[in-house]
Amino acid sequence: MNAATDSPAAKAAHPVPEASATPETKTVGRITVDDPLICARNVDVFYGEKRAIKDVSIDIARNQVLAMIGPSGCGKSTFLRCFNRMNDTIEQARVAGSIKLEGQDIYDRRQDVVQLRARIGMVFQKPNPFPKSIYENVAYGPRIHGLAADRIELDEIVQTSLKRAGLWDEVKDRLGAPGTSLSGGQQQRLCIARTIAVNPEVILMDEPCSALDPIATARIEDLIDELRASYAIAIVTHSMQQAARVSQRTAYFHLGDLIEVGETDRIFTNPRHKLTEDYITGRFG
Amino acid sequence: MTHSILLLLLAVLVLLAFWLGERRSLSLVGGGRGIRNLHSLPYYYGMLTALWCGLPALLVMGLWLLFQNTVITGLISAHFPGDWQALDAGQRGLLINEIRNVVSGQITLEGVRPQVLAAAAEYRQMQSIANLALSGLVLVIAIAGLGFAHRQISPTLRARNAVERIFEWLLLGCSTIAVFVTIGIVLSVVYESLRFFHVVSVHEFLLGLSWSPQTALRADQAGSSGAFGAVPLFLGTAMISGIAMLIAVPVGLFSAIYLAEYADRRFRSVVKPVLEVLAGIPTVVYGFFAALTVGPALRNLGEVVGLSVASESALAAGLVMGVMIIPFISSLSDDMISAVPQSLRDGAYALGATRSETIRQVVLRAALPGIVGGVLLAISRAIGETMIVVMAAGLAANLTANPLEAVTTVTVQIVTLLTGDQEFDSPKTLAAFALGLVLFLVTLALNVVALKVVRKYREQYE
Amino acid sequence: MSKSVAETRALVEKSLRRRQWAERRFRAYGLGAVLLGLLFVVVLFTSVFSQGWSAFRQTNLTLEVFYDPAVIDPEGTADADTLAVADYPALVRAALKQRFPDVEGRTATRQLSDLVSSSAANVLQARLTADHSLMGKHETLRFLADDKVDQLLKGRISRDLDEADRALSDQQVQWIDALKHDGVLSLDFNRGFFSNGDSREPEQAGVWGAFVGSLYTLGVTLLLSFPIAVATAIYLEEFARRTRWTDLIEVNINNLAAVPSIVFGLLGLAMFLNIFGMPRSAPLVGGLVLALLTLPTIIIASRAAIKAVPPSIREAALGMGASKLQMVMHHVLPLAMPGMLTGTIIGMARALGETAPLLMIGMVAFIVDVPHSLTAPATVLPVQVFLWSDSPERAFIERTSAAIIVLLVFLVVMNATAVVLRNRFERRW
Ligand SMILES: Nc1ncnc2c1ncn2[C@@H]1O[C@H](COP(=O)(O)OP(=O)(O)OP(=O)(O)O)[C@@H](O)[C@H]1O
Ligand SMILES: [Mg+2]
Repeated sequence: MNAATDSPAAKAAHPVPEASATPETKTVGRITVDDPLICARNVDVFYGEKRAIKDVSIDIARNQVLAMIGPSGCGKSTFLRCFNRMNDTIEQARVAGSIKLEGQDIYDRRQDVVQLRARIGMVFQKPNPFPKSIYENVAYGPRIHGLAADRIELDEIVQTSLKRAGLWDEVKDRLGAPGTSLSGGQQQRLCIARTIAVNPEVILMDEPCSALDPIATARIEDLIDELRASYAIAIVTHSMQQAARVSQRTAYFHLGDLIEVGETDRIFTNPRHKLTEDYITGRFG
Repeated sequence: MTHSILLLLLAVLVLLAFWLGERRSLSLVGGGRGIRNLHSLPYYYGMLTALWCGLPALLVMGLWLLFQNTVITGLISAHFPGDWQALDAGQRGLLINEIRNVVSGQITLEGVRPQVLAAAAEYRQMQSIANLALSGLVLVIAIAGLGFAHRQISPTLRARNAVERIFEWLLLGCSTIAVFVTIGIVLSVVYESLRFFHVVSVHEFLLGLSWSPQTALRADQAGSSGAFGAVPLFLGTAMISGIAMLIAVPVGLFSAIYLAEYADRRFRSVVKPVLEVLAGIPTVVYGFFAALTVGPALRNLGEVVGLSVASESALAAGLVMGVMIIPFISSLSDDMISAVPQSLRDGAYALGATRSETIRQVVLRAALPGIVGGVLLAISRAIGETMIVVMAAGLAANLTANPLEAVTTVTVQIVTLLTGDQEFDSPKTLAAFALGLVLFLVTLALNVVALKVVRKYREQYE
Repeated sequence: MSKSVAETRALVEKSLRRRQWAERRFRAYGLGAVLLGLLFVVVLFTSVFSQGWSAFRQTNLTLEVFYDPAVIDPEGTADADTLAVADYPALVRAALKQRFPDVEGRTATRQLSDLVSSSAANVLQARLTADHSLMGKHETLRFLADDKVDQLLKGRISRDLDEADRALSDQQVQWIDALKHDGVLSLDFNRGFFSNGDSREPEQAGVWGAFVGSLYTLGVTLLLSFPIAVATAIYLEEFARRTRWTDLIEVNINNLAAVPSIVFGLLGLAMFLNIFGMPRSAPLVGGLVLALLTLPTIIIASRAAIKAVPPSIREAALGMGASKLQMVMHHVLPLAMPGMLTGTIIGMARALGETAPLLMIGMVAFIVDVPHSLTAPATVLPVQVFLWSDSPERAFIERTSAAIIVLLVFLVVMNATAVVLRNRFERRW
């Protein structure tokens, strides 16, 4: 199904006093979407005493790419990692607020992080294939989650995932070669293939192209655009061009605050907040 | 060997449990295609069943075996004939040892008293009853565990989480063993030492000047215990360790300096491993070398010069121990010297300092705390070293400052007091534990201080 | 106040010679220390090898024996009991007498038969028990010569010594020379050294019993310490949150690593033997004590190996929805395994050379039999070295050195394996 993106009302020039469903927030722009897959409300993240994310609320829509931009250290990665609870792995990190996936609080005590991460996949900044064969890299997820009943089905999953990641033609003759023997761009596509092999609902990407050259970057961006048809995607990026190219919605973070959210076209052509404007016009370091 | 058969049986049961658990989980959801309806992979259901089957049974078996001998011993000593009941603890210990030896077949039966044989027969009988009971108990527990887990299996059972929880507890359990080892050491050494200090006062032990534990053999006759003044041992240990450090510190330190600051890569890559060979040689080899080669050589040398050198002189043992410690000092100092940042050296060179001036006045000064820490660790090593001194140092506790004479050390005395036939509970045996306590405390203190110093130093340059 | 440039330069130059001299001296000290260290290595090895090498060959004496029915079985019953208690030494004596017919008198005969090892009689008994048809026949056999004969031929007993100071009498030396002249004395590879257990007779003593004891003991050590150490390392690195408790564990491990080994022996004696009533002299207890001793070493190495696995691998696994245990088992552990194994082998090498704690738990007993189970009395290689080094016989000196050589070879093999493992599998990230 095709969920609506920003409503026409959000495109209007004036700040929208939303309906009562909209939570109170300092953020400029509409943080909600009509058919949200994930709703984050009043999220705070602390690293020990340090408050890295301050009371952020935002929705993630189905079949849409949400770009998160902002200066270095503003907490984009931190916030992204909240969605699949990767912050659990950092000992001093503490998350407050609520994040709901289809109405289910993912920080609920009964929530199994393993199941959560199978539903919300993640691609990291530096390609990090396992030091195993290409095949094993992709097959790993289906194996641990028991997605394939037999070897034939597993082969099928591996093949389709590699195809969807646009890597199949390059590696089909050497599936047994170590994943680390691929080029950086190929490795990153392998990581994407690995993620979609589990058939997640959401894919989180933390600067997936920052270690790649422009050509590899372009391929990944195309890939993201294709994947949007099946997944909700949240991507952190430092490149405003990239955000403009691949995303439909953009969120601008500053020092742990979510400053402004809106349709990508609108944010880049008509930012409402001073900080957003400074950042996208390059006046901000 | 009934225990190995029992273990084998248990292993078979565990495998069976795995298979049953896996099969049941699959059959509940109608085979391979229905796997998605299971909370976890079938493997985990098998694993959970196997763990329930094996773990409690193994735990019970381990505890049982740990205490079986003690319990049986207690039971048969309750049946001892009247005149045996009157024995004091030491003689009773010897007696029990003899019975155990008869049971395990380690001694010939000729000349063994009939009462002992009878007690041994009783012991054996109890042993076989105990083994039978153990086998039954273990198998029952295993099967009960299997049945329990098997009944629990349902598609919604969070088998993976359960298995992981169990494994995490197992890991935690393993990591606490280190703590238990320490507790075990402290308890065993302290307990026996306390009993020793009932007989000999702490004051006498730590400050007494005469050590002759052998006379304690007569203890049960006249109530006179031997002399347990450990000062000669402490001084002997200090002398030998001191000689060792006199060799090891300069040689180790200077070779570290040379290898780190002067030698080229090729020289270093050949010489360093060769020197480290010294660290890998078992100490018994050093002991043999000291006793057979160095000791006589020193004595002959002494004869030539006109000095009388004991064939088990402190000098020989100390020299060889020093050689053993060289690589320890040199590799630690090497680490410390390499950790000094290049910028400090550059600063000195830029002022026109020569290499040796830079090393002495800048590098060594900066690395000093680390090196001191290393030397402290080396001293603790020297104090605790046993085989070299057992083989090359003397047995007689001489109170002397002359390194050419024979002295004895703490570790030598521990070994001599505890090897051979022991009488349990005699002050002679207990004295070894008191010495062990002193040794443990002194080395512990040295280690704690040394590790602190080294860590501080490391942090400084990280 | 301040000096002129020229003045300064003059001052510097004046001190220069002294400083350069000091520089050279310092450097010489360093080189001297290194060379001294190397010298120690060389002296140690030459001393051991030069003394031990000869023990790999052993003097044998070829004799023709007659299985004399009149001696073995005078009544002609031919039953096993008679064969078991027969006077086999008499056969050996007779065979020697045949070579030296003019030897008369008890003392002389005893001296003569002392030239052959007491094992000769056992050989004859074994042969006859196995094959009754030998009775009444002649057979030429090679027997072990006595250790003193062996030492004389190897030049370790000097002929120039006064007879009173020499282990062999002049008469015996003459006999030996005669035997040698006849070509019946031969120096052969010393097979017994590698296949026998301990013995009071040097020529019959071998390291096999101690070697097997070492294998059993190390087996127990490995089986206990490796899994426990790896589990501890995994727990501390991957699961434990930093709490007082884990801090305590850490401090404990670091301190245990430096506790003198003999203290572990005290623990073994007080706990395992006295409280739990485990058997003395057994590889089981020895292995247990050595396991506790090597535990800290292996834990420290394993933790380092786990730390070296880059966090990105962990993130990748967790990001895929692997559970923590799956992450460890599927990714971290395989990558850390070479490092852990290297650490384990080094720990095992240390355990192999360890002697003192084993003395405490009675592994110093004199044991002839090759151990056949974990609870049978046994000894280990380094303890065997210690026991032999204490023996008065001249021939035990070379055997001690030879046992050391065996021990060192064992150690070299282990360490070489560790190095190969490290070089082959170590990943640099
Ligand atoms: N493990 C951690 N412990 C303590 N503080 C952390 C940790 N990780 C991040 N921080 C802090 O939290 C803040 C946000 O970090 P985060 O990595 O989310 O920034 P970012 O927006 O992703 O930056 P970049 O664009 O450079 O990746 C920073 O100030 C950072 O110093
Ligand atoms: Mg980031």
